[in-house]
Amino acid sequence: MIDIDLSMVNWARAQFALTAMYHWIFVPLTLGLSFLCAFFESIYVRTGDKQWQSITKFWMTLFGINFAIGVATGIILEFEFGTNWSNYSWIVGDIFGAPLAIEGIFAFFLEATFFAVMFFGWNRVSKRFHLFSTWMVAIGSNLSAVWILVANGWMQNPVGMLFNPETARFEMNNFAEVVFNPVAVSKFVHTSSSGFLFASLFVLSISCWYLIKGRHLQMAKKSIIVASVFGLLSSSFVAFTGDESAYVVAQKQPMKLAAIEGLYKGQIKAPIVAAGILNPDKKPGDHQDPFLIKVEIPYLLSLLANRSLNSFVPGIDDLVYGNEEQKIESIASKIDKGKAAINDLTQFKQAKKENNSQKAEISLANFRKNQEYMGYGYLNKPEEAIPSVAIPYYAFHIMVALGTLFPVIFAAFLFYALKDSLTQKRWLLPVGLISGLLGLIAQQSGWVVAEVGRQPWAIYGLLPVKMATTNLTAANVQITFFMFLGLFTILLAAEITILLKQIAIGPDGGPLK
Amino acid sequence: MRKNILINIINSTYTFYRDGFRGMVLGKKLWTIILIKLFVMFVVLKLFFFPNYLNTRFATDEEKTNYVLEQITRTASKSQLK
Repeated sequence: MIDIDLSMVNWARAQFALTAMYHWIFVPLTLGLSFLCAFFESIYVRTGDKQWQSITKFWMTLFGINFAIGVATGIILEFEFGTNWSNYSWIVGDIFGAPLAIEGIFAFFLEATFFAVMFFGWNRVSKRFHLFSTWMVAIGSNLSAVWILVANGWMQNPVGMLFNPETARFEMNNFAEVVFNPVAVSKFVHTSSSGFLFASLFVLSISCWYLIKGRHLQMAKKSIIVASVFGLLSSSFVAFTGDESAYVVAQKQPMKLAAIEGLYKGQIKAPIVAAGILNPDKKPGDHQDPFLIKVEIPYLLSLLANRSLNSFVPGIDDLVYGNEEQKIESIASKIDKGKAAINDLTQFKQAKKENNSQKAEISLANFRKNQEYMGYGYLNKPEEAIPSVAIPYYAFHIMVALGTLFPVIFAAFLFYALKDSLTQKRWLLPVGLISGLLGLIAQQSGWVVAEVGRQPWAIYGLLPVKMATTNLTAANVQITFFMFLGLFTILLAAEITILLKQIAIGPDGGPLK
Repeated sequence: MRKNILINIINSTYTFYRDGFRGMVLGKKLWTIILIKLFVMFVVLKLFFFPNYLNTRFATDEEKTNYVLEQITRTASKSQLK
């Protein structure tokens, strides 16, 4: 039986997840479609072929619709920070302020200038300047994603900061360390390239619909060729960056890696689970098999996690209960240190109130000794440090399975498109048609892995989600949860309706006006 | 001379945007959706449902600091929450 916790914390988490998941329907399409439009237009400018211009305008129209419906949906996440996550919001304000301000300013200037040229500038500016603007929108949209991912990367691996007990804030002391945080870098390259992949699948999907209907055949075939090439290149890059991401997770968030692999007992020469069904009765520390059924590939997890076939990969039990042989500290020991840090923080606060500078200095020095364990002090028992295993495990394996399937789909479409026999392959077209939906599932699964896998932490190791929230009742959050559900569903319905209408009109409808 | 160039740039930028907005068809529908969405977000949601908790309760940064410090050092009571 699933035990659902209806507390405020979980409602706030559910609301944040709902908002982020809806937001992440629009964003990856923007990231990838902007580049595809730039490719289509580059071919038009190079060849002078009017059909490529028509293709560019058609996909640019769909890009514009997606952008218009999706714009500002991410702002709601900031509202939620201030209302539901006020402790967190205050504590990280100094770190997030700079990246998010840069993103806001950058996006505004980019969108106000080049975006307008992209849509209003056909026949008003030179071909080359129009193309330049399209490229700038593509590059700029992707660069503006850097900053939000830097913020997310910092939550997963907090670096370049020091907690200041006087202000109760993490204060940035090394901007470069925050920006070039390995988690942020791997997250950005993996996320943006997966957006390219998703957009390629989106183009493939709609082009297949035209082929099935026997409409706009030339446009559909040409679009498929460009999307398949871009999709194949993106797939390779996604695989490469995914491998790097997994390596970084293994180094910085070993508990997350253990959860997504369902690994309880650490192993030398650890195999990777290619597919399997988890044992729902498995508990940490018991002797049950974590899997009911599984297919493994030997050595691969050790290679993935440590770049060495013979290395040790810690499991959930090693990380929770410790492993002396592998020099892994138990969570119980970290909890003790965390409680000591919080106690020293309390002493510091008290000393400041009493104007006792000597006591404050000693408390602060003691706090600094254990500050990196602070978050553990809020846990009631070691098992609280374990995220849900089933959700990230299945999400990860769905993502990887789909990520393996996509290059096969792109290769098949490219092969038959170049042989000009796509319309004869009636069995292949429905696969292409549903591939956009599969791309969306892979996108959402990736974020589920990243965010559910890092629980219970809002800031990894430093602040659990239960301490990051505001003192509100669950009812407060429930009302806005359902309001958002309604609002976003309306927006999504609007997007789908307008997109379908525009797809039905096809490229003859001209540019977005 | 430089003043004329500047005026020309401003003028052509203005007409560029003006003509662009005037010529919109589907764009008008999308702008309507954007404006309704922004109204719902900033006027309805932000104002009535998403006040900034700390800003509405405390006037100064010092008060906010004290409140948050109080929250994160009250481990015994809060960490029972799950």
